[in-house]
Amino acid sequence: MLNTILSGDYPRSRILSVLLVAIFICLALGPFLFSGTRAFTTLGMICIFIVVVASYDVMLGYTHIVSFAHTMFFGIGAYAVAMAIGAMGSSFSAIGLGVLAAVLAATALALLLGMLSLRVKAIFFALVTLAVAFAFMSLVNQLYTITGGEDGLRVRVPRELGPAFRLIESDLYGFSITTFLSGLFTQPWNLGEVIRESVYNVRVNGRVVMYYVCFFFSLGMFLLMLRMMNSPFGRVLQAIRENEFRAEALGYRTVYYRTATVVLAAVVTALAGVLFALFNRYVNPENTLDFELMVFILLMCVIGGMGTMYGAVVGATLFLLAENYLQDLLRVIGGLVDGVPLVSGLVGPERWLLWFGVLFVLSVYFFPKGMVGQLRVWADARRRRRETG
Amino acid sequence: MTSQSPVLETRELTINFGGHYAVNRVSCAFHPGTLTSIVGPNGAGKTTWFNLISGQLKASAGSVLLFGEDITRLPAPARADKGLGRAFQLTNLFPNLTVLENVRLAVAARHRTGYNFWQMVSRRRDIIDHAMQYLEQVQLGKRADSLAAGLPHGDQRKLEVAMLLALEPEVFMFDEPTAGMSVDEVPVILELIAEIKRRQDKVILLVEHKMDVVRSLSDRIVVLHNGELVADGEPAEVIASPVVQEAYLGTPQQAAG
Repeated sequence: MLNTILSGDYPRSRILSVLLVAIFICLALGPFLFSGTRAFTTLGMICIFIVVVASYDVMLGYTHIVSFAHTMFFGIGAYAVAMAIGAMGSSFSAIGLGVLAAVLAATALALLLGMLSLRVKAIFFALVTLAVAFAFMSLVNQLYTITGGEDGLRVRVPRELGPAFRLIESDLYGFSITTFLSGLFTQPWNLGEVIRESVYNVRVNGRVVMYYVCFFFSLGMFLLMLRMMNSPFGRVLQAIRENEFRAEALGYRTVYYRTATVVLAAVVTALAGVLFALFNRYVNPENTLDFELMVFILLMCVIGGMGTMYGAVVGATLFLLAENYLQDLLRVIGGLVDGVPLVSGLVGPERWLLWFGVLFVLSVYFFPKGMVGQLRVWADARRRRRETG
Repeated sequence: MTSQSPVLETRELTINFGGHYAVNRVSCAFHPGTLTSIVGPNGAGKTTWFNLISGQLKASAGSVLLFGEDITRLPAPARADKGLGRAFQLTNLFPNLTVLENVRLAVAARHRTGYNFWQMVSRRRDIIDHAMQYLEQVQLGKRADSLAAGLPHGDQRKLEVAMLLALEPEVFMFDEPTAGMSVDEVPVILELIAEIKRRQDKVILLVEHKMDVVRSLSDRIVVLHNGELVADGEPAEVIASPVVQEAYLGTPQQAAG
């Protein structure tokens, strides 16, 4: 059963398994474990970006196709649904039309990119995707009558996905892990009080429904891609990554496989873009098309571990947590060392990008194969030691 | 007896790299059940000719025919599909995949499963078992789970041969299959080639430098020199012919091609 769900591709490291189960539980019970809008938004973004990064990993990690147009496809999905809703009003048929338009546009553009430029060397393909992505972004900026330009578009989601809708009339209870843990450390003698304080009310409104749409989409897409990477098709992709020349000599038409991969990644990302628009309810070039976002996706993929699929889960989660909470952490640390010269200047919340960079350099230095790759190397070494020793 | 029409034929096959004719108007036909050795000094154009036949290079002029069909314009994968199997001189593997996976990819190519994106690889036991058989044939069964990159050179050569066997092609093209192998490994590979030959229905092309190997296995020897076909015939007469003595065996001063 588990073998079929995970397509026989297990984490292959105990630490990684624990990490993945923890992430799964936190995401599955998200709104009931973390209170507050900010946590809620972060959880949703993690769900969406797991899909975005996993589909990027299919290209980069499994096939060695370097593309800088991933955010373009993400943006196509987001803008398609935003514009469909803008034109037709907030209804599910508008969303359906948006999804259809997103899939068609992403497929067409990816096919074009694939056929035009996959025959050339990898570096040229990367440059072509970069050029196309920038062209697309300036197009979105210029066509402000339909895209809202830099101001972007507000997405009015159907009532069933909005805060006013109640799936269940009465509130449910949540248990805040963060409150509980901080209470446990600051006043362990007061356990009863801490537990009572940790319980909070959860309104099961349309936003929560929307979150679970994202969660199940993320889970489904991830498992689907995991299966595809462990299918005969996925193995051919790895063969292309390892030695494209030899794959051709065996009879695999690698141009078809590479084009299929680019189209697959584009469509999946476009769908993730649709959910982003519906979850975030606001779309602009900065949050969907920006080059900085493209670099972040690349980083999540590399930090997590390329060509592992699970790397997308670990990478996206850690990266988004750091992006959203590093400032708070630094504020706390800054408070502790307040008044100490030099140090206090280094750890202020406004220095978060510096620490972010330091963390990234450290992770690449200590985990050259990414988190997942490194954890597996350690697990393998341990297994070997146990067998020989 | 074997059929009269050739399986593979090159007609006036030519490629020039900026004026240099690496292969120049080479015409040759190959019939099933025969093993043809291609000999000649380094730089004679043997591997280039192979590349033109299997599609890694595009001919400047002339044509390649497989079962009478002109395949000169077809890309390498299409030719492999039609039964041209190639093993490479410089080891050409999938380094970070397992030994078994290297061969499995070759078997899977023949089964045309590549576009199946839903089935788990592990569910096709038949393909995996097949791959395992070819590994056993080259005595690599024990190394099935190692990475190809981690194999010693001789074993990599064997894996290269196993991948060609796994393709089950109509035309086997071996490019110095025993180069760099230790003395006790060579007979294993030669026996495998002899085994294919005994089946009587395949075309085998062999580029080889070791004259004892060439003499013992070949039905026919083709000599290339400076991109041109200079001799073609029975092993004994070709080896004895003055043109080979000069072009291939040569005197030490003339040996470089």
